[in-house]
Amino acid sequence: MISSGVGQSGLIFEEALIFEKGSPGRVGYSLPPMDVPETKIHNLVPPSLQRKELPDLPEVSEIDVVRHFLRLSQWNYSIATGLYPLGSCTMKYNPRVNEQVARLPEFAHAHPLQPEELCQGILLLIYELEQHLAEIAGLDRVSLQPAAGAQGELAGMMMIRAYHAAQGNPRRLVLVPDSAHGTNPSSCSLSGYSTKALPSNARGLIDPAEVRKSMNEEVAAMMITNPNTLGLFEEEIIEICQIVHSHGGLVYGDGANLNALLGIARPGDMGFDLLHLNLHKTFSTPHGGGGPGAGPIAVRAALAPFLPVPVVEKEGNRFRLNYDLPASIGKLRAFHSNFAILVRAYAYLLSLGAAGLRRIAEMATLNANYLRTQLAPFYHIPFNRLCKHEFVATDQVQQGFGVKTLDIAKRLMDKGFHPPTIYFPHIVPGALMIEPTESESKESLDQFIAAMEEIAEEAQRDPSSLTSAPHLTKVSRLDEVRAARELDLRWKG
Amino acid sequence: MRYIPHTESDVQAMLRAVGLPNLEALFADIPEALKLKGDLNLPRALSEPEVISRLQEIARMNGHPSDHSLFLGAGAYRHFVPAVVEEIVGREEFYTAYTPYQAELSQGTLQSIYEYQTLICQLTAMEVANASMYDGASATAEAALMASRVLQRKRILASSALHPEYLSVLRTYLVNLKMELQLIPWGRGEGTTSLPEAEKQLNSEVAALILQSPNFFGRLEEGSQLAELAHSQGALLIAAIVEPTSLGVIQPPGEWGADIVVGEGQSFGNPLNFGGPYLGFFATREKFVRQMPGRLVGRTVDTHGRPGFVLALATREQHIRREKATSNICTNEALCALAATVHLCLLGPQGLAELARLNLQKAHYAKEKISGLPGFDLPFPGATYNEFVVRMPRSAVEINRKLLKRRIIGGLDLSRFFPEMDDCSLFCVTEMNPKHEIDRLVESLEELTKGVK
Repeated sequence: MISSGVGQSGLIFEEALIFEKGSPGRVGYSLPPMDVPETKIHNLVPPSLQRKELPDLPEVSEIDVVRHFLRLSQWNYSIATGLYPLGSCTMKYNPRVNEQVARLPEFAHAHPLQPEELCQGILLLIYELEQHLAEIAGLDRVSLQPAAGAQGELAGMMMIRAYHAAQGNPRRLVLVPDSAHGTNPSSCSLSGYSTKALPSNARGLIDPAEVRKSMNEEVAAMMITNPNTLGLFEEEIIEICQIVHSHGGLVYGDGANLNALLGIARPGDMGFDLLHLNLHKTFSTPHGGGGPGAGPIAVRAALAPFLPVPVVEKEGNRFRLNYDLPASIGKLRAFHSNFAILVRAYAYLLSLGAAGLRRIAEMATLNANYLRTQLAPFYHIPFNRLCKHEFVATDQVQQGFGVKTLDIAKRLMDKGFHPPTIYFPHIVPGALMIEPTESESKESLDQFIAAMEEIAEEAQRDPSSLTSAPHLTKVSRLDEVRAARELDLRWKG
Repeated sequence: MRYIPHTESDVQAMLRAVGLPNLEALFADIPEALKLKGDLNLPRALSEPEVISRLQEIARMNGHPSDHSLFLGAGAYRHFVPAVVEEIVGREEFYTAYTPYQAELSQGTLQSIYEYQTLICQLTAMEVANASMYDGASATAEAALMASRVLQRKRILASSALHPEYLSVLRTYLVNLKMELQLIPWGRGEGTTSLPEAEKQLNSEVAALILQSPNFFGRLEEGSQLAELAHSQGALLIAAIVEPTSLGVIQPPGEWGADIVVGEGQSFGNPLNFGGPYLGFFATREKFVRQMPGRLVGRTVDTHGRPGFVLALATREQHIRREKATSNICTNEALCALAATVHLCLLGPQGLAELARLNLQKAHYAKEKISGLPGFDLPFPGATYNEFVVRMPRSAVEINRKLLKRRIIGGLDLSRFFPEMDDCSLFCVTEMNPKHEIDRLVESLEELTKGVK
């Protein structure tokens, strides 16, 4: 039997930069004809404001463009190609029907400022998606405006600031566990807060005693990712939220890891006051090689006055956008939202229903625990107990043979898999953060386990096959030091 | 469930391997009090054909775009998107890949971003561009923050002819950082940023002057004079290019002295989509590269000396620098940037020039015809690209309501942002408005205002 899923070298085309292709005078465009009488350009645009020289764009035909980008696409790995176990990124299958409905012309060609009577379907979809996400989060109101998770965080921190300011003191500090995503402290800075890192305890969790020690009336909020970036459920979450609340602080939830909790437990019930969700993680919208995403922010009723504008309101059977929210933090981006992403997430929720969501949490958690227990004989797993959607392994055993996490990651490529998230969270040296998601079947996981086992074995027998990996990819390891030192950020001809 | 492959026997085998008796045991670490006792209150699951029907039903509650002529712009522009663009961005390998952290498996995304960065530099006549921001408005705000970092100054001057939503976003981003935002009024009867006012407000505390051209009213700004003024006080000039197809005919900001160029890339290859996802572009001078927000792709070599691409200067970014990062941005708009890349490659220099010429000439034709109607005039005469403001003999609300009955979506009612301009509309005409549509708009405006003084 030929095992599928193992990387093999194939016919990989070399492909120059598009700027190095084509020929002067070659064209790839087709535009409507000029059907109005033309006026001399000098009568329309003063010569001093005219472009003197056209930009040096490529001159290529349509087939040149298609072939160029098709070849480039073949150098990429994707979730459609295979298992993509990036921890905290939730690389799950992106259903095709979502793509089809997002392209309906009444959605795709709707102008953001067109009259509301021509947008009733759009506004209904937004309104219902807000309600569904609020129900899933266990919170009261949702804004779909943020363009990505980090902008959702920023919106949340700004609302926290506005909330405290309305009580007379915006406060100064935000508590952030040392295992948090980098966007957390960065979003705090952008909203004018300093951060204090809280150490995790020996079990990889937040210690309520530490929270109690750090909590005072200067602390505006605590940011918590639950399950955390070690894939562990914060077992003391109720007490932690109570401590923060008892000093008038708010609890912010980073919802990047919500996949394991869908239909099982709700952040709002745990004591979270705000939560951002990543539609491009938990709710299956494609990641596009780095976006677009969408990062809705869900809040408790007490924070609703501060939501970004506009908010959708229902009056009878009509929907309207309300910009008149006097205490609002304002706008974070132009227009309403990354609407086309919302359509996909909405279609996903319709396809799943409540039972489907719960099944996702169960299978995502089962898959992660299956991988954890099957990899434990070969890899050091610092918190080797029941995990949620992901877990963290390390290179501790392989270090003995001179093999590092980076080598394991690169060798996985040769075996036909995308590597896990590496060297994060920072609190675990040599971390390999593995999140299989619910999309992978047992066979697919077994192939991954076999590849990881082979690598563990190769580390002992032939470490150089790892330290020089990958061997089958388009390029081998790239010189990142040179990339930083001799900056080459554009083609210069 | 078709998206989840597990059979019952898979589940049982896996539970046995994990050493757990049942699925509930997977959640034993969650306190009992927190566990949901019943189902979430969500609609019942639909089959795929039902999902399609339901979404079609919702879509039909909107207007169908092919039933209406559209004359709206104001930061979102309807341009032709070639079939090739959608085919390429729909390639699974681009579409369903993550951020290219693992370079060896992401060369396609990385090279395409490097090409995008180059195209943005060529278009704007700047030296470096990043891999994308959320949209033009948030890119403008990030540019203001960058200028403040570069110069260690806390005041931002913005033209009041900057898109009002961009101004809102600027306020949101600046307010918590103890930064000050001051507006430069536009000249009455001009609709362009007032030079004397800019001169009055500029001083050595100003980090940047933000200027949009063509501005919100469609007017071309005298960028070089304002750039000189800003530079004379050591401040940076930030150019916001909200309609970048204009750069096929209008002088690029890099040539008139802009230090940072930001803008909205939606016009290239991205459908209107009710406002998003769009694409913020961000370009600057090489000397500022380490202060830039967002991702950058750089060219380097592999261990065999072959060329390849990686994420460069990541030490500026949040996942490494955390609270000291140049921005909190992580996920950006990579696929929208790919659409713009493909579209710009198809256009080439000739296509870009032709596209700009069509927009310029058609909008001019419409502007002449409409402003020639009895009772109509141009409050801001002077050079424009594909948008212009018209003052009308009736309120814009009323005229738009009546136009809509004729299946014409009129210009933007300016009272939405400027209550005193309730008789003014901002019209946009692109290559997608054939002459007969423009003529029908003109006729309708004439008929709807007959006999009004």
